[in-house]
Amino acid sequence: MQRHWMGRHLLMSLIAGLLGLTTGRPVWAAPYRVGIVLDKGGKDDKSFNAAAFKGAQEAEKKLGVQTKVLEGRDDNSSEPMLRSLAEKKFDLIFAIGFSQAEAVKKVAAQFPDRHFVIVDSTVSSPNVASVIFEEHEASYLIGALAALTSKTGKVGFVGGMDIPLIRRFQMGYEAGVKGVKPQTKILVNYAGVTGESWNNPPKGKELALTQYNQGVDVIFSAAGATNMGVFDAAEEQKKLAIGCDSNQNWIKPGFVLSSLLKRVDVAVFKIIEDAQKSIFHNGIIKYGLADQGVDFAVDQYNEKLLSPEILKKLASLKADIIAGKIKVPDYYVVAKAK
Amino acid sequence: MSSNLKQPLVAALRPALAALIGLSLGVALTAFAGENPWQVFMVILRGALGTPYDAGMTLFYATPLILTGLAVALPYRAGLFNIGAEGQLLMGALAVAVVGVLLPTVSAPMSLLVSVLAAFAAGALWGGIAGWLRAYRGSHEVITTIMLNFIAAGLTSWVVLALIPSQDSQNPESARISANYMLEHFSAFSSAPVTWALPLAVVTALLVWLFLRFTVRGYELKATGLSIDAARFAGINVRFMQMLAMALGGGIAGLVGIAEVCGNSSRFRLGFSPDYGFIGIPVALMARAHPLGAVASALLFAVLQKGTAELDLETTYVTRDLAAIIQAMVVLAVAAEGGFTWLKWRRAKPEVKNHA
Repeated sequence: MQRHWMGRHLLMSLIAGLLGLTTGRPVWAAPYRVGIVLDKGGKDDKSFNAAAFKGAQEAEKKLGVQTKVLEGRDDNSSEPMLRSLAEKKFDLIFAIGFSQAEAVKKVAAQFPDRHFVIVDSTVSSPNVASVIFEEHEASYLIGALAALTSKTGKVGFVGGMDIPLIRRFQMGYEAGVKGVKPQTKILVNYAGVTGESWNNPPKGKELALTQYNQGVDVIFSAAGATNMGVFDAAEEQKKLAIGCDSNQNWIKPGFVLSSLLKRVDVAVFKIIEDAQKSIFHNGIIKYGLADQGVDFAVDQYNEKLLSPEILKKLASLKADIIAGKIKVPDYYVVAKAK
Repeated sequence: MSSNLKQPLVAALRPALAALIGLSLGVALTAFAGENPWQVFMVILRGALGTPYDAGMTLFYATPLILTGLAVALPYRAGLFNIGAEGQLLMGALAVAVVGVLLPTVSAPMSLLVSVLAAFAAGALWGGIAGWLRAYRGSHEVITTIMLNFIAAGLTSWVVLALIPSQDSQNPESARISANYMLEHFSAFSSAPVTWALPLAVVTALLVWLFLRFTVRGYELKATGLSIDAARFAGINVRFMQMLAMALGGGIAGLVGIAEVCGNSSRFRLGFSPDYGFIGIPVALMARAHPLGAVASALLFAVLQKGTAELDLETTYVTRDLAAIIQAMVVLAVAAEGGFTWLKWRRAKPEVKNHA
């Protein structure tokens, strides 16, 4: 009996081994492990972090990798979480959001044989990839869309925290508005200067109502979860708003004209897909209009709001930007030059 | 003699036992979520103390909790409920950042003294305002400290972002303080930010204990807390004692700025505190407002804070929010134990009645 069992066991391992030889990859190899540390907004922010989470889920489903998504609770918790992931032998570790840049720099130096990815900031290190999105390019299209849709000749911008990253959205947006209708007036407000401004819907609503009352009829809102307040105001006033980062058209159908897409999900998925094949590029990876890293959203929730002429115009603007015929001002470059 | 020695030991053991029961109950709850409670307990323990780095992070979290625990405990002994430790620690950290940015040339040993004094003074000012309002204007400290928390949050954001903003990052934070002010990390804990701020916090606890136990002022402070009318009748300047208790508490909370700014981030980062000031309340309550007990309970809370962070990673159904549940169970158990003692004491002396 004992011998028989032994024999079967041996046979099984032999078969497993042979299978391993034929596929070039041992069948008992552990799945590729990916760790993701989100920003304080968390995976339910319907925006930036939600996009990263979506990318991770897709990778799990389609690529068969194992993912673990962690959320930071305080500013000091990002570093220990990144460390834990590195220590627990996660192959690839994402840090979502610029606030984690310093932590990534420290931890990456201590674990040179692990791969790290920072989104929205740059860390120069041989084992870190820095993902940057060309937000200004898509913002230009959003600006053009707002100006072409506006009947009052006044459009608005609501920013989250007043930082260079959001100024970059604003500058691209303003260029887009002026590019198609130079006489359009633009009202600009920011929700604040602290981390709270990403998560302050009442403030977003207040700012949006003020802008609508001054004659604005389209507002582009780049403010994280604060966007929800802007959408509320749009519905209340029967005006239009434009979302940001994730596709937010579904949140208030009929009142969300479109959304600027920052495809964090695409970037996360692509990097995992490559890394699984042992391809990892350190340094800066830029996602722009050309590779659909940024875009604007058209789906069943907003297609009635967009006329074919406007879509045609936007398509030609997009082609011009990709071809380099339109140069969209980049706040990062402009601010540095100053 | 023997009863003299036994009593404090028993007094310390009973809440510790209650805390253990609370902890077990909290962990046992995870069985309902389909986890193995013993495994959850081991994950917490390993996460908090498993490696030198983990232990260091636990001590790093313990440092501000010792200080805010004391900031609540000391006024509590004077009969005051300080829920303004959050604002007081923000003011302390702000003072350190301002001094560190504006006076970069002060050299090493002197800079430490300057930063400690600045942190303490700023916190003491913030606590002292509430104390003065209570003592001389009769405004309840619970209300005023809450309001002062908001003012501190607003004031620190403004100073940090408008006057000394960071030049090299997008985060809402101040510029870096001069390297002269930075405390070196103890090498025993890998790269965890454990610095002289930890011994400073423990020594502060010791000083508070000595102050309450052996000085006249300490005695007067406790007397004010036990019965303000009796204390006044005995000739104690109770108003001054109230103000003193709040100012000292605020000053101690302010020292959190040393641990965070000089010991860790080298700058004032808006939102750096995960409510250290408010966690100080259960820390102090669990210690029955005993200064040395506050050190122990701060360590327990730090173990929970750090250990439960691993739960997200190691378990399927339980998240780090379990920390809040366990903390609540621990506080409830300790409070229940205290209520039990109080009931027994009341039954034992039925003749003691309050005629006031």
